[in-house]
Amino acid sequence: MSQRPSVMWRTIATPIILAVLLLAIAALSYQFGSRSFNRTVVEMFINIMVVVGLYVFVGNSGLLSFGHISFMCLGAYMTAWLTIPPVMKSITLKGLPLWLLHTKLPMWVATPISGLFAALFALVVGRVIMRLSGIAASIATFGLLGVVNNVYSNWDSVTGGQGSIVGIPPTMNVWNGWLGAAAAIAIAYAYAISRSGLALRATRDEAVAASGSGIDLVRERLIAFVVSAFIIGLAGALYAHFLSIVNPGAFYLRTTFITLSMLVVGGMYSLSGAVIGVVAISTLIELFRDLEKGVNLEGFTVALPNGVQEIAIGIITIVILMYLPSGLTRNRELSWKGWPLQRRLPRPVQTALEKSN
Amino acid sequence: MTGLLQILFDALSLGSLYALGALGIALIFGVMRLVNFAHGDFIAFCVFAMLWPSINAAAIVFAGNLPFYLLIPLLLLVGAGLSILSEVIVFRRFRNANPATMMIASFALGFAIRNFLLMLFSSRPKSVTLWPSLGLPVEILGARIPMLQIVTIVITLVVLAALTLFLKRTRYGLEMRAAAENFTMARMLGVRANGVILFAFAISGMLAAAIGLILATNSGTADIGMGANVMLIAFIATVIGGLGSIPGAVAAGFLIGGASVLFQATLPPDARVFRDAFVYGAVIVVLLVRPQGLFAPKSAKQRV
Repeated sequence: MSQRPSVMWRTIATPIILAVLLLAIAALSYQFGSRSFNRTVVEMFINIMVVVGLYVFVGNSGLLSFGHISFMCLGAYMTAWLTIPPVMKSITLKGLPLWLLHTKLPMWVATPISGLFAALFALVVGRVIMRLSGIAASIATFGLLGVVNNVYSNWDSVTGGQGSIVGIPPTMNVWNGWLGAAAAIAIAYAYAISRSGLALRATRDEAVAASGSGIDLVRERLIAFVVSAFIIGLAGALYAHFLSIVNPGAFYLRTTFITLSMLVVGGMYSLSGAVIGVVAISTLIELFRDLEKGVNLEGFTVALPNGVQEIAIGIITIVILMYLPSGLTRNRELSWKGWPLQRRLPRPVQTALEKSN
Repeated sequence: MTGLLQILFDALSLGSLYALGALGIALIFGVMRLVNFAHGDFIAFCVFAMLWPSINAAAIVFAGNLPFYLLIPLLLLVGAGLSILSEVIVFRRFRNANPATMMIASFALGFAIRNFLLMLFSSRPKSVTLWPSLGLPVEILGARIPMLQIVTIVITLVVLAALTLFLKRTRYGLEMRAAAENFTMARMLGVRANGVILFAFAISGMLAAAIGLILATNSGTADIGMGANVMLIAFIATVIGGLGSIPGAVAAGFLIGGASVLFQATLPPDARVFRDAFVYGAVIVVLLVRPQGLFAPKSAKQRV
């Protein structure tokens, strides 16, 4: 009797394919892309980190979260506090505690700290919020986003209020962008095949049966919540380095919904879906940006009027969801066998309970 | 005493606004489990419909110059029309999709509408002068209450009364309540699904128009993002009230409005800027105590 290969052996192809795919994008862009194109690619990598982080929680638990962008906010501001030169901080951010005011850490130290800070915060609030289920949990995460945004927008002496904090070293390029995205994918994959990831997906598909099998729903959700907060905290830190300014408006509803749309367009229950959703939407945005700038067609330029880009993105998102309600990947994972998509994580079954409602 | 009265009216009028918003979201959620994130953009669209076709900054109001007995029905029609159109073109195709997909589709629709308005009107807020006489204060028991607040409260009460009568006393109302309770069962018993859903969308669109009118009169400006905040609070109110419960949504709308005003009045001045944080914090606390909502309908109880 032959033994079944281990879970890792059967599924390791997915993160490798994704990372290599992104590496190819990074290399091509580095070699051939313009400066602004390279920036677009870096932004895409950061979005991949955010959406992969969202996937860790949303994909495995089946709960929609509107609050994860607050972790991005936390990570970004933590990085700002740690990496802005003390001379500048003492002018703009007078309210910081002294030890923080005189600290200046390199990016490689500050970024993981920012991630850990977000994770720690998630651990504290998650203990409370993760008791909730279904739509109540989603709204509670919404409340979390509202609280964090409100505090960061108004605590002037520490966060600079509604205005922007400047002076974060602009150290991002396609390579460390890729590194961030690859790290996010690796963490998300490791979580997905872990005991806790499996248990959490069981609760997503059949909450009652999973509880009956001895799975502690609140605990598994909390673990996923913290892991995803860590990834998104990292993304926030890199985003701060990418823009070299932070302001609270960047971490609110718009970002929340755009990243959620990317996840759902790609396929919210698969890691490949998270990555592919971001790549697809970023490509579309870039395409329409170019069209707005004008395309040369045999001598005369045709340009779309400004603003068409966003409208088109909205409409295309709707059309994709209309024809592929479970996303571009239909919740499957990339793998060697069954090219190009093989089903790994089954779609959550609709329980009798959900049907009756 | 007069201060107290002031707070009471502030709370009631803000609560009315949220209640109308929550009603618009709860009606649609009831019949098709769709959380309509485009609702806020419906509101903005109705306001900008008043400006159309002028796109100047100091908007020469075209439709806005109509006397109120023409303007109000016109805007209600615009709201209902937009809402029905979005159901026919977009949401109808998502009937069997999972709620997250529907939610994102509605968000994408709102995104498209918002950017359409942005393209036509640019992001600068426009000034809209509607009925300036409504801004004048009225003296009630010594407190000076803006006329508009009273009008808002009265309109809300009238709308609520009319809607209650409609839901309780008419055939369509009965069908809608049945559909909200158990859509599949209602269909099997002969309720025409498309009719009920279209009707819910029409009412919801009219409510959006009403909110737009109140907001525009109140602030004197038309701004692309003006509906977003009301929509958010309304959405939260729908959940706190107990999903699927229409009276619950209304009550929770009033509750959140009241809580906002109360925090504004009672927090120390330094903490006042953090009012919204307190409101959202209170929302989380309420959810922890009653995850199923304050007024959850019996049918929403989970049966295992």
